[in-house]
Amino acid sequence: MSLLQAQQLKVSYGGINAVKSVDFHISKGELVALIGANGAGKTSTLKALCGMIKAKGNIFYGGADITNQPSCKLVNLGIVLVPEGRGIFSRLSIEENLHMGAYSRHKRREIRADFIKMYDLFPRLAKRRKQLAGTLSGGEQQMLAIARALMSRPRLLLLDEPSMGLAPLMVNKIFTTIKAVSAEGVTILLVEQNAKLALEISHRGYVMESGTIMLSDSAQNLLNSTQVKQAYLGE
Amino acid sequence: MDIFLQQIINGLVLGSIYALVALGYSMVYGILGLINFAHGEVVMIGAMIALAMLQALASSSMPIAVIILLSLLVAALVCMALGYAMEKVCYRPLRNAPRLAPLITAIGLSIVLQNIAMIAWGRQFVAFPLQIHATQHAIAGASISDLQILIILVATASAVALLLLVHKTRLGRAMRATAQDHRIAGLMGVNVNTIISVAFVLGSALAAAAGIMIAAYYGLAHYSMGALLGLKAFTAAVLGGIGNLGGAVVGGLLLGLIESLGAGYIGALTGGFLGSHYQDIFAFFVLILVLIFRPSGLLGERVAERA
Ligand SMILES: Nc1ncnc2c1ncn2[C@@H]1O[C@H](COP(=O)(O)OP(=O)(O)OP(=O)(O)O)[C@@H](O)[C@H]1O
Ligand SMILES: [Mg+2]
Repeated sequence: MSLLQAQQLKVSYGGINAVKSVDFHISKGELVALIGANGAGKTSTLKALCGMIKAKGNIFYGGADITNQPSCKLVNLGIVLVPEGRGIFSRLSIEENLHMGAYSRHKRREIRADFIKMYDLFPRLAKRRKQLAGTLSGGEQQMLAIARALMSRPRLLLLDEPSMGLAPLMVNKIFTTIKAVSAEGVTILLVEQNAKLALEISHRGYVMESGTIMLSDSAQNLLNSTQVKQAYLGE
Repeated sequence: MDIFLQQIINGLVLGSIYALVALGYSMVYGILGLINFAHGEVVMIGAMIALAMLQALASSSMPIAVIILLSLLVAALVCMALGYAMEKVCYRPLRNAPRLAPLITAIGLSIVLQNIAMIAWGRQFVAFPLQIHATQHAIAGASISDLQILIILVATASAVALLLLVHKTRLGRAMRATAQDHRIAGLMGVNVNTIISVAFVLGSALAAAAGIMIAAYYGLAHYSMGALLGLKAFTAAVLGGIGNLGGAVVGGLLLGLIESLGAGYIGALTGGFLGSHYQDIFAFFVLILVLIFRPSGLLGERVAERA
């Protein structure tokens, strides 16, 4: 059963058509990778899904049409984005950032339990919980952005280049986390420049090129496809 | 009489009123990046409504305390509604317009509100209808009245309440998050429009309190009183670092002290050339100095932001 279904989704900025009528779907519990070159329209697609920009076409989520709903409403449905460039609140403490992640939730005991979970997952955040988020290193900020998104107990997690600017060890750590979150049953759409890593942990993948979806297949088949190898894996 | 101590007391009283108004400027600026130049007029409307209520109720048989409380309540509610409507009708449609558009709107709004008040309450000064028996207390060669004590207490309580709200509650956290990034706050589930409305409503409530206090303090209100007061409170907000609420309080108190000490000593300093009625020049002198030497204000952003 599809949790998310996009039909003829279009995004344009003034005259520029960034996303030109794409169709895709994500089933419940799936981890799907969306890869493509710079400027292909990946970020625009994610922004349309979470209500950050106006889009044309239709987006169905759990059967309901959610096209162009404001992002503050979509959070309550469980759709959460970890934006490109992290978007943490630099003048709020780490703890406050996590609280903001849980803004749409109200059960204090569950929230407290999730705090402990996040600090277990990212011990570096625990040590710095009172520190302003703006003083964290880039990798730590990325951890915070992911932890903050998880604090909302997402049903559909949209990740926009979570490995950007991170050292290899940190990239591994982030990808292990994504895999673990997926294993817990959270549906994930993962946008990545690091196509190989992304496809290795994903079930399926879409390849985007100048605003359209060029290829769609199982992650394994994409990893083996000569087209993908040449264009995105540098082999 | 100890002039120095007396001017300190007067300065703190004046400064705490400036601080309340400055908080409104700073809160709205912090969240919206907008200088709401009509904020001073909200102060004036608060004073006028309170006076009108007092006048209307003065002859009734209600106890005086009830009359005062009722007047304060009505004035605060009217101002909160005004602040809410101002944002919704005048500023919200311009949310994505170039910054000059809302600024000009604010100035226009301030002229409109002044003229409405002039039509409603006339061009002359409106006298505060209650005889306030302000008992004077002597301290160390200076004196402080009950009213002055009351003003300082109410202003302190309001400012502390606002700071606690902003720094210790869920709503306040959402306000601070929104101040940093509307879109990301929206992604967290924050309804940004609601937060902006809250900022205007809270700022207007404080403005109403300030308006009533200043009218009671001077025993007068005037349709144009908001203009100068608003400009001074804006100066206080800039002095403290606009967008920073603690800074607004510090800036307000400092400006009150500078003005009052300046007025106390300006005669002596200029050999009698300028008298204490030149009090108002200090605010603008401060504004110019701050803008030249420390535009981010005393407590302006010090946190380094990383990409
Ligand atoms: N706010 C905007 N205004 C105008 N054009 C934009 C805007 N945002 C994106 N674009 C354009 O839309 C196209 C797609 O951009 P998008 O950010 O979706 O690409 P992307 O696939 O995420 O790229 P990257 O891998 O570099 O992050 C680009 O050509 C970009 O220049
Ligand atoms: Mg992108």
